[in-house]
Amino acid sequence: MSKVYFEDVVNSVENLVHACSSLTPSCEAALNRARKDEKNENAEFALDVILENNALAKRDDVPVCQDTGMAVFFVEYGQNVNFVGGDFEDAINEGVRRGYKQYGYRASVLDPITRKNTGDNTPAVVHAKIVSGDDVKISFMAKGFGSENMSKLFMLTPSQGLDGVKRAVVEAVKQAEANPCPPIVVGVGIGGTAEKAMQLAKEQLLREVGEPSKDKVLADLEKDLLAEINALEIGAQGFGGNNTALAVHVAKYPTHISALPVAVNIQCHAVRCSSVLVEGRQ
Amino acid sequence: MKKLVAPFEKAELKTLNAGDFVLISGKILTGRDAAHKRMVEGLKDGRLPFDVNGQTIFYVGPCFKDGKITACGPTTSMRMNAYAPTLFDSGVVATIGKGNVGSEVYDSIKKNGCVYFAAIGGAGATYGKAVKSFETVAYEDLGTEAVYSFEVQDFPAIVAIDARGNSIFEK
Repeated sequence: MSKVYFEDVVNSVENLVHACSSLTPSCEAALNRARKDEKNENAEFALDVILENNALAKRDDVPVCQDTGMAVFFVEYGQNVNFVGGDFEDAINEGVRRGYKQYGYRASVLDPITRKNTGDNTPAVVHAKIVSGDDVKISFMAKGFGSENMSKLFMLTPSQGLDGVKRAVVEAVKQAEANPCPPIVVGVGIGGTAEKAMQLAKEQLLREVGEPSKDKVLADLEKDLLAEINALEIGAQGFGGNNTALAVHVAKYPTHISALPVAVNIQCHAVRCSSVLVEGRQ
Repeated sequence: MKKLVAPFEKAELKTLNAGDFVLISGKILTGRDAAHKRMVEGLKDGRLPFDVNGQTIFYVGPCFKDGKITACGPTTSMRMNAYAPTLFDSGVVATIGKGNVGSEVYDSIKKNGCVYFAAIGGAGATYGKAVKSFETVAYEDLGTEAVYSFEVQDFPAIVAIDARGNSIFEK
């Protein structure tokens, strides 16, 4: 057995959330490519402001976007790890609490019925998977809700097939219009159950922007979908042009003989992710 | 880039066309979902604690650090569809947000001769830098969702819907 301590996770998470103050390098590179290709004058203006904003956020160490999101975590928990000092999710939440306060990030989380703000951006949303090993890998995503509000789940019938999948994804992006802050990254989960498809879709947003799927069929699907989505001409900020999406990331999971679930989770142009391996101590 | 100074006169707003790039300076109010709910309730029962007449409302919930605003980009304007017509009818002359708005808001903009500016979503740091000072106007308990008054300088935006209802979003 290895040991991971409560404070190790708190400190790691506190550092991880600092990702809110810069775009990931692959996101920045994709935005630069988009700007180079852009021909629509209004969209050029939007992309210029977006790129200048990222430079400013890095220089001044301030949030890229005031929507520093709900804190979403994907955890790969090594099954040999003995967690010491408290509850694992409490440690994640304590890290979020300290980090969001330290960096002046927005407290955006509230009770859905009373609408009373919790004041410290907790609780986080934690997806944990038990894996082999002696360490804990924690990935963080600051998920803004302009884009999250545009999520869609389609429970297609098997007869609708791959064409149906494509139509569903394109329809989700079309309906979202300018609301998710394009150019977007589109996460797609195909298969599983309703919540498995949704979780897969979200998890794809952690990939390097534009990194193709290792599955040849899915990689081709990603390419086709990106072309179809950019032909919608929603464009950067909905101002038109052919940069509606920077990338489409698709993943699949086996599903039931009666089903073809397709989940779409959209990421705005401000991809803010980070990850860390908390090594177990012997 | 046209330079504009808020508060705006409706006559001046009428000279703007959808697609104009503008730099806004001067005084604007802020408000998003929770504040809008209270503002519209306040207008109904006559207990609005400030005057919206002639004002511009920026849809935003800022980030603060050490008493300063660090990031304050626009939030999705669609969510204010339920409130915007009442506010335009009550004297608000312009709004600033991101994305398109509903048909009821287009109608109200045309009827009242108002303007909707689109700021660039996600450019929080840029807009934070454009805020020179701020004060709390109402609903302090809402935290980031309270109504603030911002003194801004060279705040970049685009005229998304002009006073005649022309829009950059319509194809």
